[in-house]
Amino acid sequence: MEGPLSVVLRFSHPVEMIASVLVGMGFGFALERAGFGTARNLAAVFYGRDFRVLRVMFTAIVTAMVGVYFLDLAGPVPLSTLGILDTFPAAQAVGGFLVGAGFIVGGYCPGTSLVGAVSGKLDALLFIGGLLVGTLVYTLGADTFAPLADAGGRGRVLLHEWLRLPSGVVVFAVALLAVGAFWAVGRIERWVNRRAAPAGQGPQGVPAGAAAAERRAP
Amino acid sequence: MEQRPYWNPYKAGFLLGLVLLGSFVLTGRGLGASGSFKHVVAAGLHAVSPTWTEENVSVGRFFADPSRASMDDWIVWLTAGTLLGGAVAVVTARRFKAETVMGPRADRRWRWVLAGAGGALAGFGAQLARGCTSGQALTGGAQLALGSWLFMLCVFGGAYALAWFVRRQWI
Repeated sequence: MEGPLSVVLRFSHPVEMIASVLVGMGFGFALERAGFGTARNLAAVFYGRDFRVLRVMFTAIVTAMVGVYFLDLAGPVPLSTLGILDTFPAAQAVGGFLVGAGFIVGGYCPGTSLVGAVSGKLDALLFIGGLLVGTLVYTLGADTFAPLADAGGRGRVLLHEWLRLPSGVVVFAVALLAVGAFWAVGRIERWVNRRAAPAGQGPQGVPAGAAAAERRAP
Repeated sequence: MEQRPYWNPYKAGFLLGLVLLGSFVLTGRGLGASGSFKHVVAAGLHAVSPTWTEENVSVGRFFADPSRASMDDWIVWLTAGTLLGGAVAVVTARRFKAETVMGPRADRRWRWVLAGAGGALAGFGAQLARGCTSGQALTGGAQLALGSWLFMLCVFGGAYALAWFVRRQWI
C-alpha cells in the first residue's frame, strides 16, 4: 500500500491530530530559529538589506520539493495521494497581492505573526488582531467574494504539467533558479549595505549577529 | 546570559523543508496558519448565529460533521503546535523580549495602527487565496502547484510595490 503514513497505517483521528501538533512544533521552532519572530528580519528583505527571508523560503521549498518528487518517482508516496492545492488564478493573484501588502505594512504574515507573538512582540499581537478582523470581513461577505474566489478555477495544475515538461526537468530548473537567486541577492545586499551604512558600521535594522552570519554563509 | 544566534539561513531553510516534507509523509498535508484564523472566526460566528454560519459558503463545511467540534481540525492542532514550538525555541534561545518592533525613524503609535491594518489586509487576502505564505507559497511551492507559484510572485510583487511608501516604518 502506498501513500502518507496516516493512510497506510490508518491513523485514528486523535493520532492524526497529535501528528499535526508535532509537525506544528517543528514549524514554529524552525521559524523562530530562522529569525522570523521579529518583523525587523522579515521586512529587511523588501529593502534589499537582508535576504534571509528569501534564502530560508527557497531553501525550504527546494528541500521539500526534491523529497516530494523523489518519493513520487520512487513510489512510496505518489503525488496523487497528497493534498495538492487547486489553481484559482484570479483569487491567488489578488489574494497574494493583499498578503504581500499586509506583509510590508504590518511586518508579518499569518505564520510568522504566531512566532512573533510568543517572542513577546506587541506588533505581532496587533497583527493577529488584524488577521481576525480581515478574516471576519471576508467570511461575512463570502457570498459577495465567491465569484472572484472561484473565477477561472482550473483544479489541480502542476507547473511541469502546465509547461508540458517531465517533472524532473522542472525540479532541476527550480533548484537551479534558487541557487542563482542566492548568488544574486548576496551581490544586491553588499551593494545596498555599502550605500546605506557608513564604513565600519553594521547595516541599520539588521542585528549585527545576523549580518555576520550572512557573511559566513557559503 | 546572552541569547543564542539565529541559525544560518540555509540551515534554517533546510530544516524547515524537512519539517514540510515530514508533514507530507506523515499526514499527506502541508503546513499552514491562516486556516486556523478562519476556524476561530467561524467558531465565534457559530456561537452568535449557528444557522447563518452553517450555510456560509466559506466556513459552512466546518460544521458538516455534528459528531466533532469545528475547532477539532488538523490545522488548529498544527497552529497549537506552532505556538508551542515557537515558544520552546524563544525560551531556549533566551530571546523573549516584550517590545514593539519598528525601524529607528518610526512612530510607535503609527506602528501599532499599521500592524493591525497589515494584519487585516493579510487576513482578507489569505481567505481569498485559500492560504497564506505557509499554506500556499511554501506548501504549494514545494508541490510545484501552478497557482501557488502565482500567489508567491504576487506576495513579493505586492510587498516590493508598497515598500517605498512605508519605508519610515522599517529603515
